[in-house]
Amino acid sequence: MQDGSETATRMGLLRGWLAARVSSEALQWLDDQAEKIAAAPDQRVLTMAIGLAPRKVGKAPLDLTAQELAAAAAVRPGFNARDWSTDQAARVFLLLASAASSAGEEGFAARLDRLFRSGEIGEQLALLRGLPLYPRAEANLATAGEGIRSAVQPIFEAVAHNSPYPAEQFSEAMWNQMVVKTLFINSTLVPVVKLDERRNADLARMLVDYAHERWAAGRVVSPELWRCVGPFAGNRYLDDLARVFRSADRDEHRAGALALSECATPEALALLDADGPLAASIRAGELTWDRLYDAGIAKLSDHPSLP
Amino acid sequence: MPFIDPHAHMISRTTDDYEAMAAAGIVAVIEPAFWIGQARTNVGSYRDYLSHILGFERFRASQFGIQHYCCIGLNSKEANNEALAEDVMEILPEFATKEGVVAIGEIGFDEQTALEEKYFRLQLDLARELDLPVMVHTPHRDKKKGASRSMDIIIEHNLAPNRVVIDHVNEETVREVTERGFWAGFSIYPHSKMTAPRMLEIVRQYGADQLIVDSACDWGISDPLSVPKTAELLAAAGVSADDVRKVTYGNALAAYGQSGQMNEQDWASTAVDQRSRYDGNTILRGGQDPRVEEKS
Repeated sequence: MQDGSETATRMGLLRGWLAARVSSEALQWLDDQAEKIAAAPDQRVLTMAIGLAPRKVGKAPLDLTAQELAAAAAVRPGFNARDWSTDQAARVFLLLASAASSAGEEGFAARLDRLFRSGEIGEQLALLRGLPLYPRAEANLATAGEGIRSAVQPIFEAVAHNSPYPAEQFSEAMWNQMVVKTLFINSTLVPVVKLDERRNADLARMLVDYAHERWAAGRVVSPELWRCVGPFAGNRYLDDLARVFRSADRDEHRAGALALSECATPEALALLDADGPLAASIRAGELTWDRLYDAGIAKLSDHPSLP
Repeated sequence: MPFIDPHAHMISRTTDDYEAMAAAGIVAVIEPAFWIGQARTNVGSYRDYLSHILGFERFRASQFGIQHYCCIGLNSKEANNEALAEDVMEILPEFATKEGVVAIGEIGFDEQTALEEKYFRLQLDLARELDLPVMVHTPHRDKKKGASRSMDIIIEHNLAPNRVVIDHVNEETVREVTERGFWAGFSIYPHSKMTAPRMLEIVRQYGADQLIVDSACDWGISDPLSVPKTAELLAAAGVSADDVRKVTYGNALAAYGQSGQMNEQDWASTAVDQRSRYDGNTILRGGQDPRVEEKS
């Protein structure tokens, strides 16, 4: 639960970004709509303003400056709007305006759900990206869950990527489904906020099962998968880590090495020492899961079966 | 040569269709809200349908590099369920103002009942209020009278004919439609409605300036490649490239572009990238290889 002033602060953040990027007419339109919405949060004015927003403010990327990103993270830790566009900021701003009164805040979750269910794809994307900014975070869980269930990858990623919301609000079961699905749909884990903090034994088991299923079908497995397995591997999944480590594919080899280093049993560390330079680079903090991705680790391509 | 299919119920079609349409040069489709083959019983299923064509269907189309637009409306068949119709009218304004909605449609007459007329008129007023073009469905039975009556009512409601497409036109209705200044849409069907050879005769007789070819492909036997196939036939029969382009691309863009929601730039730079972010990823089911193509 948060007080109304927090919503006002967050609206101020978004309005500031828009003020620097859209025309004064468009900004005036936004302010007028926000005022009307605050007075009548469940009327058609909100639905139509959200529909019309791109026509008023455009759809250009926000391209926030480092300073703006830092200010955003100060207002809302973990919040990252680096991929947002002007229409998305406007839509979230308008929706937040509906929570200005305590009655408006009361009905927020139901309103969000209703808007999401009747939204077109661009609206749905914006509504879900705003999740970290909404009041009564726990009440919005059902809508977040619908986003995670979506068959539309950008909708899924609007919840899963660059947002502190899942790590803060999802149960372990929901979290695990999200992580497995991220890999299942060929998305990437790097933008998942607090991924390492929420790794767990059950998730590791689900991922190893999934890897076995893929291997049995003669298909490749994302090297990122092993990020959530290492700390829970023990001797149980050591053979799997060894297999990945011995892969001829550079990214798999590196992923195997990182997972072995996090498994950290004497057997795992002994295996890792087979590649001294790589082990040293991990110990020195040069090779990390995030840097592995930068080197192209998420760009999977089919290749002949591994040795 | 790029094509627009300005009347296609893609919700009823397969990914094979999308692939074939993209390969044949279709860059954009317009999906009018319609009757899904069976009556809906409540506004909830209507709401879900509208958000489906604006959401998941648009996403599916984007996977094949096809831009997807919608017309929003209450169709004539379901206008006869007054309780449903009242509820649907209540939600239409919020859907009609969504991005990529290029017209109110498809609306008009089916059996030509009093209720059909009532909701046709109400939706014409909505189109005027929201400054949107209109797509008019003309009835399969008693078509000539139904089309004529539809046009009378449109004029009565002060809508400019050049902002209205009268669809499913045939030899019997084309003269009145064009003489009164409306766009004439032709749904080219394998067995019924209109065929490509008949279309050729109509282009020869009436000229290309007001004619629009569409497939009206849906859940019945219909051909999502009707537009490129008709273009091929027209070209082979000696119709000028300019005229072929008008009836299979330019006129639809001119008519529905009046909404401000459909521009050539929308597809000018679109490349198919099944890995891309928005406009989207993927119909891939668990780890098929994404298809990536450059559009020159």
